[in-house]
Amino acid sequence: MSTTESYQHRFPNGLTVVGERMPSVKSAAFSLLLPAGAIYDPPERLGTAGVLAEWMLRGAGDRDSRSLIEALDRLGATYRVSAQSVHLGLTAATLGRHLIAVLRILVDVVRRPHLRDDDFESVRALAAQSLRSLEDDPGAKLMVELRRRHFRDPWGRHPLGTPEGVAALTPESVRQFHGAHVHSSGAILAAAGDIDWTALVDAVAELLGDAPPCPEPTLRPGPAGPARDHIAKATEQVQIGLALPMVPLPHPDSYQARAAAAILGGYSSARLFTEVREKRGLCYSVAAAYESFRDEAALVCHAGTSSDRAQQTLDVMLAELNRLCDRGVAADELETMRAGLKSSWIMQQESSLARSSQIASDLYYLGRVRTLDEISAALDALTPQSVSRYCGSLRRDQMTILSLGPRALVCPE
Amino acid sequence: MPFHHAILPNGLTVIGELDDQTHSVAFGFFVRAGSRDEPPELSGISHFLEHMCFKGSERRDSLAVNRELDRIGAKHNAQTSEEDTVYYLCCLPEHTAQAFEIMADILRPSLRKADFETEKQVILEEIQMYADDPMSVAFEDAKALHFGAHPLGRSVLGTEQTVGSLRVEQMRDYFQRYYGAGNMTLAVAGRADWGEVLALAERHCGSWRGEPALREVLPARGSHQFRTRLRSDDQQETLVAVADAPPSESLDRYPAALLATIMGDHTGSRLYWALIDPGHADAAEVSYQPFDGAGCAFTFVSCDPEHAPANLTRLRNELQRLQAEGPSPDELEQAKNKTMARIVLRNERTLFRLMSLGYYWSHHRQYLSQEEELQALASVTLDDVARVLRAYPIWPETVYALGPRTDLQPPG
Repeated sequence: MSTTESYQHRFPNGLTVVGERMPSVKSAAFSLLLPAGAIYDPPERLGTAGVLAEWMLRGAGDRDSRSLIEALDRLGATYRVSAQSVHLGLTAATLGRHLIAVLRILVDVVRRPHLRDDDFESVRALAAQSLRSLEDDPGAKLMVELRRRHFRDPWGRHPLGTPEGVAALTPESVRQFHGAHVHSSGAILAAAGDIDWTALVDAVAELLGDAPPCPEPTLRPGPAGPARDHIAKATEQVQIGLALPMVPLPHPDSYQARAAAAILGGYSSARLFTEVREKRGLCYSVAAAYESFRDEAALVCHAGTSSDRAQQTLDVMLAELNRLCDRGVAADELETMRAGLKSSWIMQQESSLARSSQIASDLYYLGRVRTLDEISAALDALTPQSVSRYCGSLRRDQMTILSLGPRALVCPE
Repeated sequence: MPFHHAILPNGLTVIGELDDQTHSVAFGFFVRAGSRDEPPELSGISHFLEHMCFKGSERRDSLAVNRELDRIGAKHNAQTSEEDTVYYLCCLPEHTAQAFEIMADILRPSLRKADFETEKQVILEEIQMYADDPMSVAFEDAKALHFGAHPLGRSVLGTEQTVGSLRVEQMRDYFQRYYGAGNMTLAVAGRADWGEVLALAERHCGSWRGEPALREVLPARGSHQFRTRLRSDDQQETLVAVADAPPSESLDRYPAALLATIMGDHTGSRLYWALIDPGHADAAEVSYQPFDGAGCAFTFVSCDPEHAPANLTRLRNELQRLQAEGPSPDELEQAKNKTMARIVLRNERTLFRLMSLGYYWSHHRQYLSQEEELQALASVTLDDVARVLRAYPIWPETVYALGPRTDLQPPG
């Protein structure tokens, strides 16, 4: 098996391009991240970035809506244009030989969208309905509301925004947002798979290299909370969410944080699955994950269970969280966590799309792409003592607990 | 890519498509057992048994199964459908032997009573979880309405009543009947050595016994009824329509798959332009599902209840138009391009390749290489599509509406 080759190039206007040639695949993918996600939505117009992402696809450059989508289909592209918390992201995968043609079309979407008044109301109607669908999905709704309460504004925002925010949008306000935020300086383009690096950099220089530099907007963090809350809803199950602060990805301790989250609830032999599901049969789904922005991060736990067992489920989850903080982790748990993360990392090499997203994320958080050797070494350097020490430092007094369902639960102060 | 095939003396079929360029190996046991094989009073038993396999064998309990699989970084899971129960795993090649031993071991589960009762609670929770998801509820109800008394109309999960009253003895009988060596296929994809695969299969599965189970395969045509069900707290109205379609053994499955893409791919399809682009709905997709002896195509729509009557009319208009005129040559080409590119992308992941390989063999007793599959799609003509539309009209169809409205009328 041959190995991958990596490349990086930075344009004077701040745009960074990274690439990784994966010799075992015929596909190629890219991820283009623009600093225009929901965190930049005007506070009275939450949902701006989400509506913009949808509107941008309704015609761009010399193509109308239909010919744009047909052109992408003809190239066999699997693609997505979506607002995330921090970024407006464009991802696409296709056969390697079509990658640059797909990039050309999606750069039009970024730089030359038509944003016609005629399409605006249908895009807004779509956004309003997506928000209603979210109300019908208790598990997803719980997570959205948990993040909104736990992270400080604007990081706790969901890209769909709010019904009031979407109702307040005007074509002009969204166009203004596009003009102010969607530019290629500060953007990240990561490509992986069967790529021709030289041709790619030439194409990017032509397509995006001429955009003028633009300073990254500054954000003023707002409040979070409330730390204890219940959303009343006539559902079959109660959804339970817990979140507590962890160090963000760029921090040297983030490997400890990630290890702790995985050991608590990252796989089927992890503590939450073992104690809540396997031993007690309290629920079908229970998990914990590490979620990070550049400046803040959290350990997020979630379970869904029937009303009469919800209190016991919450109590067991809290007991496991306390055990993690007070007594730390064991050597064999650390070994299992390492095996899981390492094999995920290696298997990522089979998907150009997964790999391009990962290297884009590395570049955003760390300013460079980590190699497998570097990650392996960092994981190997973790010890039960170092991870346990980190767990001991977690701020349980800053925990957010949220439930959604027919009945509120008793939470610790 | 080299394909290998063998049948062990006990009747277990072993197949492999091996590829030295991948980073992982994936293998799976494809058992021919699903909700269509269950008598009504045992509804949900195939899926429950899938859970019980992970509760352990004579050699290890459930905690040991999870711990040992996670210890080698194996990505593992299982799934149950109307026709198949599949246990699958993907790991790094250096862990093949160990992963295989665990996976084979859990396919001979202890089915302990205490585990059975604990896991029953988990299944009941899973049933409740899906009861909170309008699309899942509408899918199950629409399937039942379409297929009526035909076994394909049965729920995969079962109900709180059927699962609640299952006994472990019934599961042991069901296991004996459906988990024989002759009723499953072991498939392997990715980086592995065929000699080693066969040796592992013989060592760990060679003692298994059991014949293929007979499946009653009756043709089915849908009821084409219309029904609404009130869910007053839902914000959106969920619409599911079901049309008849070719069965999996028919080569017409290729035109049928392309028709579903033309009608209801998540982007660039007729329903996309009729419902999503104008903002009438936030989801509209068609999915073709071939089964042994019968097939169907599901249309899923989620929309503001206010738009539901007009959307039912739009849906009918689009279906009638496609039925009457067929697709344009461009539309067919586009659907082929999309479908073929997605197959190539998907197959780069060992686990996805395993799934295609295993399911195909399990239903057709044949190997289908990626090239053959692409060729089969590429050679579909407009005449083929017209023939399928004549044999399986996409209108009228069964229509089911779930949500806050009770006043919806059948769309003509």
